[in-house]
Amino acid sequence: MPANTDADYDVAIVGGGPVGLALAIALADGMDGIRIALLDRRPLSVPRDQRASTIAAGVRKVLDGLGVWPGVAGVASPVRAMRITDSGTGDIARPLFLSFSGDVAPGEPFAHLVPNTALAEALLARLGDRAEIIAPVTIAGFAADRQRGRLTLADGRTISAALVVAADGAMSGLRGMAGIGVVTHDYRQTGLVATIGHEHDHEGIAYEHFRPAGPFASLPLLDSDGRGLRSSLVWTESAPEAARLAALPLAEAASAIEAAMGSALGAVTLEGALQSYPLRLILARSFIAERLALVGDAAHVVHPIAGQGLNLGLKDVAALAETVLDALRLGLDPGQADTLERYQRWRRLDTALMAMVTDGMNRLFSNDVAPLRAIRDLGLGVVDRLPPVKGALMARAAGLDAQGPRLLRGLPA
Amino acid sequence: MSDTTINPDEIAKFTRMAEEWWDPSGKFKPLHKFNPVRLTYIREKALARFGRDGHARRPLEGLRVLDIGCGGGLLCEPLARLGASVTGIDPAERNIAVARLHAEQSGLDIDYRAETAEAIAASGATFDIVLNMEVIEHVDNVPLFMKSASDMVTPGGMMLVATINRTARAYALAIVGAEYVLRWLPRGTHDWKKFITPDEVSALVTRNGLRVAEKIGVVFHPLEDAWKKSADTGVNYMLLAERG
Repeated sequence: MPANTDADYDVAIVGGGPVGLALAIALADGMDGIRIALLDRRPLSVPRDQRASTIAAGVRKVLDGLGVWPGVAGVASPVRAMRITDSGTGDIARPLFLSFSGDVAPGEPFAHLVPNTALAEALLARLGDRAEIIAPVTIAGFAADRQRGRLTLADGRTISAALVVAADGAMSGLRGMAGIGVVTHDYRQTGLVATIGHEHDHEGIAYEHFRPAGPFASLPLLDSDGRGLRSSLVWTESAPEAARLAALPLAEAASAIEAAMGSALGAVTLEGALQSYPLRLILARSFIAERLALVGDAAHVVHPIAGQGLNLGLKDVAALAETVLDALRLGLDPGQADTLERYQRWRRLDTALMAMVTDGMNRLFSNDVAPLRAIRDLGLGVVDRLPPVKGALMARAAGLDAQGPRLLRGLPA
Repeated sequence: MSDTTINPDEIAKFTRMAEEWWDPSGKFKPLHKFNPVRLTYIREKALARFGRDGHARRPLEGLRVLDIGCGGGLLCEPLARLGASVTGIDPAERNIAVARLHAEQSGLDIDYRAETAEAIAASGATFDIVLNMEVIEHVDNVPLFMKSASDMVTPGGMMLVATINRTARAYALAIVGAEYVLRWLPRGTHDWKKFITPDEVSALVTRNGLRVAEKIGVVFHPLEDAWKKSADTGVNYMLLAERG
């Protein structure tokens, strides 16, 4: 190693969320003795988080390949069908435009809803002591030279690594330190998130209602007895309407939700207050810089309409783990430009497509203009009647792609 | 025919390029692009031959490797990172100087020498793995060169050869295509008459006591921008020869 007193690693991952943890596991699984540092500004532990994440079928394979899936399978709620409706202002009947049902492969539902706490627990358990955990810590600086990326910590320590990975979220500090700009789009919508209990069993059906104010999604969760009487809601409203809803007493907010959802799930109770956040599209102008790769929300924040946020992050993990391991196995430098360019080529197109698709879906559906409604009636209606097109769309949304990284194809990285 | 395998024109040519060895997007970009496929082959064959664990970070720990015509060290450094004890030889002093400097920057301990294969062979040195890659087509007196290279393979060891076939297609792709059309390589890098067929290489290593275990082709896939193994040995190919 170069003559310095830094702690030196093959890969230093900044950010111990699900994406950073999954990357550490994928790398440790792929090579005995690989030197990984995992840094976070908070102690690494299971967060208090009521929310759940959608894990698409293809991405479930990644978690399975990493040995994480058995740890969450018991609490994962399969999405066995999706019903998409177009709901105009004041509509009582909700025309059904598109419905996916059945599994993408035998025994492989379209997607699962996984509680975030269970996922974090399973990831931490699976990683064990295979990475050096450096947390809580504040990162004061990042610099790269021809051999190493170097992190300066607020306590004066320095950490060097062949590759530094920014898994530090939407407001990534490392992204800024590396001088990578972002493209942003403010949707002028507010996202609302809630977990509800309901009267009728959802039977594994996810509902997506497209309303003029924006999409409203209801995703099936399991309650503590493993029954389908609980759901995770994600929807969008204009900022004033979101503020009004968030300020309502729980019972009144529940009634408002019930009205918005229609009657499929019966009476609704809220498990906690509504959480709201502004919706923005954020795309990093580059996913790489010298000795640095961005993954997860640090690289991209897409509209939550399709539940693709964590899926994109775990696809980043599959691609980056493979490029890094391929390089290390050949004795090549995992942080050199051509290795990183391979990662970027692999991920940027998929991410941009997903951003465009979710953005386009949102724009197409977030209005009540008659011609547009006609187009989407036609579009979704046609799609629904053409099994091959629908199958391709489903496979795409489920993240099943024959040319993808090995982990996404159910193979070891 | 001279009594040395060194062709002075070839040495001068590579010396001029030496400083650019380590720029992955510079003049040696084609070699950087070619590196993964040949490293994959070396790794795969070494793991199998020496019963090493492919899951380890340094699976080649302790194996003695000789890289003939090592240039700036593009093969030596990765193999040293995988744990091998690497000797890199190149008749061009300037290449060795570049390689030494870079290894030091990389924190790697590699034995670089400005020597010829005949000189090392004459010293009686032997190696577990002799790498004879992209070099036959640049030497004079190929039979003497191949005898020297083969003699340095220890019993139980192996030699890996990578070179270019002497076919019309090789002329079209490796010279007209790579040097004139795509400009991957400087004009004059290769001389078609110096290309050698897999059968000729096989005969030379067999004559020197090795057994040819495999011949495979290597083909460039433009869409993926990568070289891959192939059954087609008509242009670029690699050959595995084992002793004992």
